[in-house]
Amino acid sequence: MNLASRDIRHNFGRFVLTTVGLGTLLMIVMGMGGIYRGLVQDATLLVDRIDADLWVVQKDTRGPFAELSQIPLVMEDRIRAVPGVLSSCAFVSTTIQRERNGQPLRITVQGLSWPEDRGEWLPIVAGRPLGQAHYEMLANESLKLAIGAKVNLGKETYTVVGHTRAMTSPAGDSMVFFTLHDAQSIQFDLSGEAIRLARASRYDRSVKTDLGRSQPQVAERSLGPASNIPELGSPAISAVLVKVRSGIDPEQVRGIIGKWPDVSVYTSEGQRQLLLSGIVEKSRRQLGLFRVLLIIVSAIIMALILYTLTLDKLHDIAMLKLMGARNPVILGLILQQALLLGGLGYLVAYGLGQWAFPWFPRRVVLTPPDLLLLAGVVAGISVFASLIGIAKALRVEPNEVLA
Amino acid sequence: MSGGTNGAVLEAEGLTKVYGSGHTEVVAVRDASLTLARGEIVALLGPSGAGKSTLLTLIGLIMPPNAGRIAIGGTVVFDKDRTRVNVRRFRRQHLGFVFQKANLIPFLTAAENVRLAMEINDHPSRVAKGRARELLDYLGVSDRADHLPSKLSGGEQQRVAVARALANRPGVILADEPTAALDSVRGRQVMELFRKVAHEQNAGVIVVTHDHRALDIFDRTLEMEDGQLRSANPAAY
Repeated sequence: MNLASRDIRHNFGRFVLTTVGLGTLLMIVMGMGGIYRGLVQDATLLVDRIDADLWVVQKDTRGPFAELSQIPLVMEDRIRAVPGVLSSCAFVSTTIQRERNGQPLRITVQGLSWPEDRGEWLPIVAGRPLGQAHYEMLANESLKLAIGAKVNLGKETYTVVGHTRAMTSPAGDSMVFFTLHDAQSIQFDLSGEAIRLARASRYDRSVKTDLGRSQPQVAERSLGPASNIPELGSPAISAVLVKVRSGIDPEQVRGIIGKWPDVSVYTSEGQRQLLLSGIVEKSRRQLGLFRVLLIIVSAIIMALILYTLTLDKLHDIAMLKLMGARNPVILGLILQQALLLGGLGYLVAYGLGQWAFPWFPRRVVLTPPDLLLLAGVVAGISVFASLIGIAKALRVEPNEVLA
Repeated sequence: MSGGTNGAVLEAEGLTKVYGSGHTEVVAVRDASLTLARGEIVALLGPSGAGKSTLLTLIGLIMPPNAGRIAIGGTVVFDKDRTRVNVRRFRRQHLGFVFQKANLIPFLTAAENVRLAMEINDHPSRVAKGRARELLDYLGVSDRADHLPSKLSGGEQQRVAVARALANRPGVILADEPTAALDSVRGRQVMELFRKVAHEQNAGVIVVTHDHRALDIFDRTLEMEDGQLRSANPAAY
């Protein structure tokens, strides 16, 4: 006869409420772990998806995600000429915040190297890849921009042609993919007045130099678009992604490009590690601390619940001892309830999480190893929490029945 | 199931129990000796604080005496300041208890309460189920077998408690004021039940009671006062 199950049956309502309460707490512990795993995945998502062999970035910077990196567009061609390089493509990444329908629209703008790259490699769950050189965009589904929706960015209007899934930046902002040119237009968009003032400033500077005074056409040139004056123009791209030929060691190519004085080169794994150690590290420690604290709180609450349940049964435990019940019968009653409470609480946490996690602002990723680990921790705290109740039960004397 | 008395099932000699020490010392039981035969039912009378319940806890191996000797069913269980047996095992195999309150496990049905006593004594579940039904039927509460204690009357609860005490066919049944919470009619019914159990189940039964109206039921009457045990004349009550 299983005493634990019969006691639960007798106090079913209280047990259900306790289990739901504990389950909600465990859901938060589970969610914290899921947020951390999502953070890591988000941080390395693009690096993993792009799967470039090498990332070429501005000298002594840590790449386009960790900090600002600016290199000229011509770098793409310079790298393509390096022996062993199969392909190179420009990469632009910048985060912007605009307003749409009165709501903030925060996105990470990514440039695709049109026409070679139309975004076919992205996880497109609706719509299609980019189909033309301008004015189309692939938006992450979490932005809730319908296919065909028009979005004004800078001086242009872009149409959503496809939805990607789970494409977020390390900061948790949804990614939106444009052609490289469109991405640059959005990144370096200036108001008409700002452009007019910049031109006037350039002209003013040029006419004050000997060159400007002796060659008036130079001064006139400075009145044109900045892009027509390469040495004065804005740095064009964030990085160049390099694929090496099969059979060539990426380290060999890295050795060549790494000697150039104007760039730094990272392997994909190097870029990945930079992301994890830089952007994610503090959040990881923060979330880890929260998880540990929540597990301690869960253990304390479980211990209190089990202790209270044991106190309620002290008279019955004394009677069991008086009848001659062995200690394992009494320990089993408490321990089985603890494990059942922990096990069912865990299932409630998982069930609630399946419903609640998609509503979380950050992605929550539950992986089987993380779930197994948490199950082990819950089993551990169930046993630990039952110890106080067990200690109390063992101290009960059979003559307390007479009290 | 034979009636009458045939051989001692309990022999207690010189039992003494002292609570506290120094100026707070209280002698609850002083040099008490008694013998109980199989099939015999004995009443233990006395005013409150006389030491009746304490004597029962000593005989029931719930507390060890400070001095004395106890033998149950021919086995010496306490002698020379030492317990000679595993008390929990001995209790579940040889002793049955009934108290003023039935003390049934509240989350078990009447039948399960009886079964539990057998299962913790290593009887198979199937055997325990059959015996529980048989005992509840014997005590006239078989129709309440599947009810929780909270759904039973006081008298029914006591009958189930008696069934539980009988479950392992103990040699000695100790009852501490089992009718105190019952009205006189139901109280007498329970006392008659003990007599029936003693005679039919061949168990020695000691009943602590204040109810002098039912003394005719008992084979013998003992009295305690200030921790001392002596024979009593029922006619004096």
